[in-house]
Formats: sequence, structure tokens, C-alpha cells
Amino acid sequence: MHEHAHNSDTPAITLTVNGAAVSVAPGTTVAAAILISGSPTRISVTGEPRAPLCGMGICFECRASINGFAHRRSCQVLCDSGMDVRTL
Amino acid sequence: MNEHFHVLVIGAGPAGISAAVRAAESGGHVGLLDDNPAAGGQIWRKGASLPKPARMWLARLNAASVERLHGWHVFGSPTSGVLFAERTGLASPAAEQADFIELNYDKLILATGARERFLPFPGWTLPNVMGAGGLDAMVRGGLRIKGKRIVVAGTGPLLLAVAAHLAHRGAQILAICEQAPLSRLRPFAMRLLTQPGKVAQGIGLRIATRDAHFYTGCWPVAATGRGRLESVTLQRRGKQWELPCDYLACGYHLVPNLELPRLLGCGIHEGFVTTDKWQQTSIPGVLCVGEPTGIGGVELAIVEGQIAGLAATGRVEKADDLIQKRTRGQRFVRALREAFELDPRLRALPLGETLVCRCEDVPFGVLRDYTSARDAKLHTRCGMGACQGRICGAATEFVFGWAMDSVRPPILPASLSTLAATGARGAHDPSNTTSNQNRRDTL
Repeated sequence: MHEHAHNSDTPAITLTVNGAAVSVAPGTTVAAAILISGSPTRISVTGEPRAPLCGMGICFECRASINGFAHRRSCQVLCDSGMDVRTL
Repeated sequence: MNEHFHVLVIGAGPAGISAAVRAAESGGHVGLLDDNPAAGGQIWRKGASLPKPARMWLARLNAASVERLHGWHVFGSPTSGVLFAERTGLASPAAEQADFIELNYDKLILATGARERFLPFPGWTLPNVMGAGGLDAMVRGGLRIKGKRIVVAGTGPLLLAVAAHLAHRGAQILAICEQAPLSRLRPFAMRLLTQPGKVAQGIGLRIATRDAHFYTGCWPVAATGRGRLESVTLQRRGKQWELPCDYLACGYHLVPNLELPRLLGCGIHEGFVTTDKWQQTSIPGVLCVGEPTGIGGVELAIVEGQIAGLAATGRVEKADDLIQKRTRGQRFVRALREAFELDPRLRALPLGETLVCRCEDVPFGVLRDYTSARDAKLHTRCGMGACQGRICGAATEFVFGWAMDSVRPPILPASLSTLAATGARGAHDPSNTTSNQNRRDTL
């Protein structure tokens, strides 16, 4: 794993977050891709923007719709080419 | 799907891996289930160079005859000897490939690990305020932090390890704030002298983060920013100062994941699962290892996991050396607990409008009028959101002294199609199950 998405020896994966293309290194979680895209992962019941807290599937702040599957914990799902991610 | 295991292990961290590997030596059918996409748990998470014991145990696991169920989580137990699990990631595109599985077992080893304890303070819900382990996990999951300014705070031995890793990834660590005073940490360091490996580890980490300020008796009292974190206010000895930064990595040590042990009715004493010499819980056939039995770190987890793996397959005679090692590890549990005990002043961090329950956005000012978690839950929805009190439960336990002792199935949100599938199997509706006591009666 590398910090850089465009490392020459690891072809980047391109997916979309709310319609915008994001390139990440293989092994990147969907939660990290959402943060890299600059979007919050969800808006809370009183309208606050939220982003991941625990990073390990406990807090549910990172839940997003992935390829049409709603409420997935995006920190537990790895990015795949062409994935369609929608934040709440 | 429906599968039967001689030994089923829940959780693929160090404790679960070592349990599965030793159980598999017996030749029986061993299963290892975890909600993450890969084995290793949180401490041996991919995305960074792994320590030697991690590489060794992961290699042993790969060589062992263990059926791996990665990306699955347990959400219910309809009856003794049976668990229900659902796929954590994406449901499979092929309709015939089920996203629900019924797991039958002769022996169950619970290795559910721990999570960070989070304490509410003004601004803790802002994006880029994360756990210490939380930010570390995000970075291992591909978040780029090169050149980012980071404050690491909270309590516990994890802080130095996280700071060292983030620094290694090119982050600028501005400060490491340990809430425990130096007077408590000194005896902890002395005890560690009996465990040279751990001292070397600590010194190595300190050197790796030598550019950062390391403060003891210090904690964040506020995080501010518009839409995301922009600065942190730290407090030490009555003095406060503000530090502009990109991330705050703040976690107050660890609390065990007890939802599944509770659901099964395992006896719990002072917040941890009680086990006997062979890691056996109060429920016959159910063993428990690692952090749920006491926060003791990787080395103890591996020892307990092995004991359980041997005991579950009737080979206790091989566990003599391990039992001595476990006794030494349990001293470390006590040392950790004493050194990193929370300062009571941390209870005063939330203001009236500070949210305590992040799922349902329930503020501190509303909660302080209630006297129990149950009372607060019924009237304010605190703890009723998606995380089911996993985050706010540990906070209200510390801030208000409320016991978090109830759990209801499904212990993780399950899809309606999954719940329908459980019904189609003739099992009773999990939502009908009530208290722990009732569960114990049925087991």
C-alpha cells in the first residue's frame, strides 16, 4: 500500500463518488475514497456533515450507498473499478 | 446457506487467528469469521509493514485448514449452537449466492476484540476528528496524510504507536497528548522493565516521534472549524492553547466488544467476559479470548487464543507453558488499567449543546436529566441509532456512570431480506428475543 494513488507499479482504481471520478490505489477503502473526494460521508439528523470516526466498522458514520446497496459501512468495503458511491 | 463447524471462531484478529490455527491442528472443521475484508483484525491491519509475530501467525493461518469467512458479521443467535450472519460488504450480484448464512457449531470461540473509547467534547463530531486507531485505520485503508498537521490525543499505549506510524507516512505530528499524569505513567514504565520487549517497543516509538511535543496530563477541550476540523484547543495544568491542525486523532484507550458475548448470555464481571482456566465462559461450549476478557494487548491475545484452540479440541495437555505466559500477561492487564485510568475531569468536557449520541444527535444538556441508559434511551433515542450505542454507550458509562448491559438482536443492522430469510428457515423472529436472562433460559 502506498500514499500515492498514481504509483507507477500499482495501477490506480477509478470510481465515482457522487458522480465525480476519484482515483485511488488498490486496497483503498471506500471510506478513504470518499474523504479523498472531499465529501462528508453523511449528513446527520440535525444537518451536520460527518466523516468516519472509528475507521473499523463500529461507529456507522461512514455508511454510504455503494453500487445501489444502501447503508454499507464504507470503511469495510474495498474500492473497485467503476464503483458508484453515493453519500447520504 | 447452512454450514456446520466443529470449532467456529468469531473475529480474525491475533486472538482469533491463533485460536483457529491451534484448533485446526486437530483436523476438525474450523471456521473463522470476520467483518473485515482480510484477516489481521485492527492491530494487524494491512497497509503497513507488519511485525514479525503478525507475519508468522498470518502465514500459519494461510497454511492451516481453516474455512475463512471474511466480510461477514454475526447479527443473531436463534438458539444454542447456531449463529446468523450477513455479508458486510456488497451483496453478491448472483441472486442464488446467499448474503445470509446460518452457522452451526459444536464449540464457539469469541474473539470479538475491542474498540476505542470516545469521550464527547465540543466539536468532536466535526469531520477529521477521528479516533487514534481510527485515523490509523483510515490511513492503512488508503487515506493520504503526507504533510498533514496532526494532533494525537487521548490515552493508552496506542497513542505513541499511532503517532509513529503517521509520522512514518509523512504526517507532521504537532503534539501527542496523554491524559494520564506522568506520576501514573512512571510506575507503568517500571513494571514494563519486567517485559524488555515492550520497553524496547516504547523507546523505539518515542524516537520515531521525537519531533512531536509529548504532553502528559493534557487533553483536547474543543475542536473548531467550518464544515471540518481547523483547530484544536488543548488543556494542561489549567492552561489552554489553540493549535491549528488538519486532523485530530483522539481515542481514550479501548473498550471490549461485548455485544455477541452478551447476546449469548455469557457471564460478564466489571465489564469483561469471565472465563475459566481453559477460556471457557459461563455458557457451555462457548469460549472467549483476547480483549473481551481484559484489555491486555496482542501478546496476551495470542496466548489466550492458543489455549482456547487447544481446549476446544480436547488437547489441554499441550497448554501448560501457555498458561504460565497468560499469568504474566494478566499482570500487564492490571498495569494498563491503573496507568491509563481516566481523569475524572474528562467528565466535564461536554457543554450543554455538545452531542453525545452521534447517530440520533442527542446533546449532553438533554441527557443529564436522566438517571439510566434505559431511561435516556426511551425518552431521547440516545443509543437507538445505527451504531446501537457502541459509541455513546462507553461515553455515557464514564460521564454519567450508566451501565450498558442490555443487547437486543439483531446486534448489527441486518437487511429486511436477511431477516425474512431467517424467518423462512423456521427460526423465530430475532426481534422477539428480549433480555439476557431469557436468552440464558433458552440456551
